[in-house]
Formats: sequence, C-alpha cells, structure tokens
Amino acid sequence: MSLEVRRTDEGLELELTGEWVAQRVPAIESGLAAVDLAAARQVSIATQRLSALDLSGAWALRQLLSRARAAGVAVSFRGPPPDQLRLLEEILADTSPAGAPAASGPPARQPLTAIGRNAVLAGRDLLQGLAFVGRASTTLLRGLARPRRLRPISIARHVYDTGLTAVPIVALIAFLISAIIVAGRSGSAFAAELGSMRLNEEVDALIATGVDPFEVLVLPRVLGLTIALPLLTIIADLTGLTGGALLCRYLLDMPLTQYASRVTEAIASTTFWVGLVKAPVFAVLIALAGCYRGLQVRESARELGRLVTVAVVQAIFCVILADALFAVLFMEMDV
Amino acid sequence: MLQVQGLVNRFGTQVVHDGLDMEVRADEVFGIVGGSGAGKSVLLRTILGLQRPIAGVVRIDGGDITRMSGAQLRSVKAHYGVTFQAGALYTGLTVLQNVQLPMIEHLELERSALQELALLRIRLVGLPAEAARKYPAELSGGMVKRAALARALALDPRLLFLDEPTSGLDPVSAAAFDELVLYLQKQLRLTIVMITHDLDSIFRTCNRVGVIVDGRMESDTLQRIVDHPHPWIRAYFHGERARARRGAAHGA
Repeated sequence: MSLEVRRTDEGLELELTGEWVAQRVPAIESGLAAVDLAAARQVSIATQRLSALDLSGAWALRQLLSRARAAGVAVSFRGPPPDQLRLLEEILADTSPAGAPAASGPPARQPLTAIGRNAVLAGRDLLQGLAFVGRASTTLLRGLARPRRLRPISIARHVYDTGLTAVPIVALIAFLISAIIVAGRSGSAFAAELGSMRLNEEVDALIATGVDPFEVLVLPRVLGLTIALPLLTIIADLTGLTGGALLCRYLLDMPLTQYASRVTEAIASTTFWVGLVKAPVFAVLIALAGCYRGLQVRESARELGRLVTVAVVQAIFCVILADALFAVLFMEMDV
Repeated sequence: MLQVQGLVNRFGTQVVHDGLDMEVRADEVFGIVGGSGAGKSVLLRTILGLQRPIAGVVRIDGGDITRMSGAQLRSVKAHYGVTFQAGALYTGLTVLQNVQLPMIEHLELERSALQELALLRIRLVGLPAEAARKYPAELSGGMVKRAALARALALDPRLLFLDEPTSGLDPVSAAAFDELVLYLQKQLRLTIVMITHDLDSIFRTCNRVGVIVDGRMESDTLQRIVDHPHPWIRAYFHGERARARRGAAHGA
C-alpha cells in the first residue's frame, strides 16, 4: 500500500507510506483516486513514513493537492512538506532556453589483404546473417504470443511507405520486376533509415532504455512489407489485365468478351496464386536484407552509403534467386 | 552504486582496457577523462551492456550486469538514464514522444499522466513548453542536449550517464548546461557519471575524476588528481589550456 487514510472530525489524515517512485505511479494514482474528499474540510498529510519520493511520486502528490484545493479543502503537512514538491513548483513556475549545434568525426577502415581473409569474412557474414534471421524469427514468435509487442502502428506505417506510395510505379510493371523495384526502393530505404539511426546512436539509446530494436525497428518493417508486397502484386496483376484489355479493345478492335475468354484460356488460375505465394517470401527477403545491412552500419557515413548499396544488390539477388527456386519448385509440382 | 573491476576490452590486437577498475559512490559527480581513443566510450558502452567485455565485472546497485539475463538487464536499465554524445533523440518522434518512450516501455501510465510527467521532465531541463511538439531536426544543439537529458530522466533514475554533454556547445551554453547538471544533481540527488573533454566542465561539476591511461584508470578527488605524477595526467591538467582554468575549481 502507498497510502493510509484515517477519518477524523475535521476531515482526513493521510499517511503516505512505502516508495512513491515512477515505477509505482499507477498504483499510487489508483490509491489517490479512492480518497474521498467530499465530506472533508481539511486534509493533513504525513510523509515521515515515506521510504522514497521521486519527481513522479511528487507529481502524483501534487495532483492530490490541486484536487483538494479545487474542492475547497484546506491542506496541511504534518512536519515540513517534502523538498521534491518545492522543486516541482519551481520547475512548473519558470523556463529558460539555450543553443548551439553539435559535431562528430569519422574513423578509418582497415584494407582487406588476402583471399583467405575475404573467405573468412564472407563465412562470418553468412553466420551473422543467419543469426540476424534467427533473431528476427524469435522476435516474431514472441510477438505472436503477445500481439501488443508486434507494434501494429509501425506495421501500418510500413505498409503505407512500402505499399501505397509504390502503387503508381508498380502498377506500370509486371510482378518480378515489381518485386525488384520494391527491393531497390524499400530495401534501400530500410537500410538507410536504420543505418542513420545507428549513426545517430538511436539504436544504442533504444537498447540502453531496455527496448529491443528487433521489436520496434526490424519486425514492423518485415511484417509491413510482407503485407504490402502481395497487395502490390494484386494491383500489378489488375493493371496488367486492364492494360491488355484496353489495348485489345482500341488497337486491335477485339470485343472485351473475347479478350476475357482468351485471358482465361491463356492464364491458369494458379498463375495468380503462384504470384501471391511468392510475394510474401520476396518481401521477407527484401526487408531482412535492408534491415540487416542497415543495422550493420558503424560510425561512418561512408559505411552507410556502402551498406545501402549492398542491401539493394543483395535484395535484388535474393529475389531473383528465390524466383528461380520457385520456378523449379512449381515445375516439380506441375503447377 | 557502480563498480567496475578488472575490465578487459580488446579489438583484434588493440588492447583498450587492461584490468580497469572504477568505483562511483552514491550522490557524486564522477568525471571520466582520457585521450582520444583511450576507451572512454567503450567503457561507457560496456557499463551500459551495449558491449560484452572480454573479462571483468560491472556492478550496478550490486548486480553484475555482464552476467545478467535479458529480463534482469531490462529492469536495471529502468534505473539509470543515459544521454549520448550527439543526443541520439529518435528522429521520427517529437521531443515529447522521445521523453514518453521509456515511460511507455517501463511504466503502465494513463495517457494524461504520461503527458504531464513527460512535460514535467521537459520543463525540468529548462526547455520551453513549445519545444515538446518539435522534432529533433528543428532543435538547436543546446536544445538537443537538454531534450536528451529530459529523456534520460524519464524514469526518475538515481544514476545518470552523460557522454560528452557539453561537446559541440558554445562556452555560454556549455556553462549553462553544467549549471543545469549541478542543479539536477542536488535537487534529484542523482549520482552522475560524466565522460568529458571539457576542463571547464570538470572543474565546475566533478567531485572525483577517473583518468584512463594505458588501459587502466587512475581515480581520485579533483583536488588530488590534478597533481598525479603520470605524464599524460600532468599534461592534461597543467597544459596551456588548463592553466587558465585552474582557479575556477569547484567543490574545494
């Protein structure tokens, strides 16, 4: 308990107990909310039994005081009022600004010497890449167990950034190409965003606050793009068909009914589903490549540029490779 | 409050820390000084758990953070605040949202309490209320530092780490920032660990100073450390730049 209330003839006696600190503000607030000031003419507050009072605790106490004053109840402290309360009044009474810009410097990079070293580095890179994928997966699993951790607002933002704003360009071009364009567009954007956050120490600041950057930065991007890319695929399909229809109708004078029957003959319905199966896989590859390279940025703006380029190249490479694997898979499956 | 014992950090063949010991006592302002590349930032990153040391112990409030699980570390992190050199404000969020983020992560507050407690921190560091709605890119360097301080104070920590708090500020703003740090230290009874190059800042704010030399730390009170025989420490405190400032020593 954070509060003991006694009724007297005059009003209320409040005895504050335990720790009044930031971590306990919700409990304190609900305790204070239960204090009924209606019948009281005066409130006397004792703070001697408080074991800790910080600024947030003092703020909660101040809320009670202003509530009491608003209700016309006289408030007195048994003993001196706590210092923190006076500090609070001081802060809320005045303000003063200040100004001037900040700067920082870049370090140098070691040159790579031998093929063996490159091979070792490539191997290590592969391992780290796998670790990254693993960590993203475990974060996802944890997120599925506690959906609040999935950051729906962030996901929505990334659906918007990667999906809606890409509609005009993707609508012009077919599916594989659209995946490649998204790889260039969003893969680079992810890498650049996360990379610059690293340079600004924002990622460190998150970790130092106890926030998992995979949870707030990586996963929303991966899931956002996984939602957006299939939608883009559908739009690309629709605009492709519409474009074809317009072409046939006005250039070749072919009736639309005939076009429709030709389309159903030429395109098996599986073609559509194949695209929709591939899209989320491509999306995951693109987003992972972008986020991975972005978070690898350390200390220099030159690295940022290099890793953004690497992210785009790898995203496109992964998409083409995955498309080839899908082609083999679907051929074996006879679809 | 904070103890580092036998810390070893190495990158490849480069030895950064070679058995570094450090102790910070409650309610003091402890300055960390060292040449460029002496490993001040690496030390801070190790203490914050951003980097695992090769050997050594880092105790915050008694617990060894190098041996903690993720969940334990998370609760330790709720008890200290950090400001990074360039501010490290989240660029996509306003100042108010920046201050609210740690609160949202660690406290279960009502929306109105969240708003008021965050605004309180912003007023506390001397930022005007209008600054709350601004994005980091719209702030001056001095305001960024103050906003970062407001965020570091979001959870009412007892322990505060400041990484080069006055770097990049003009002397007037730097002095104002030092005063703010001292004011907060007294009013909120904070223990402050401050990395700095700024001699003015050291003489004005620090009770004790630890100098990183040769991968170890020499620490003592400000009055005594200036007369330490190590050549680098002598050069640091008795060089051209230092001589003019010695008269202004704080806390004598």
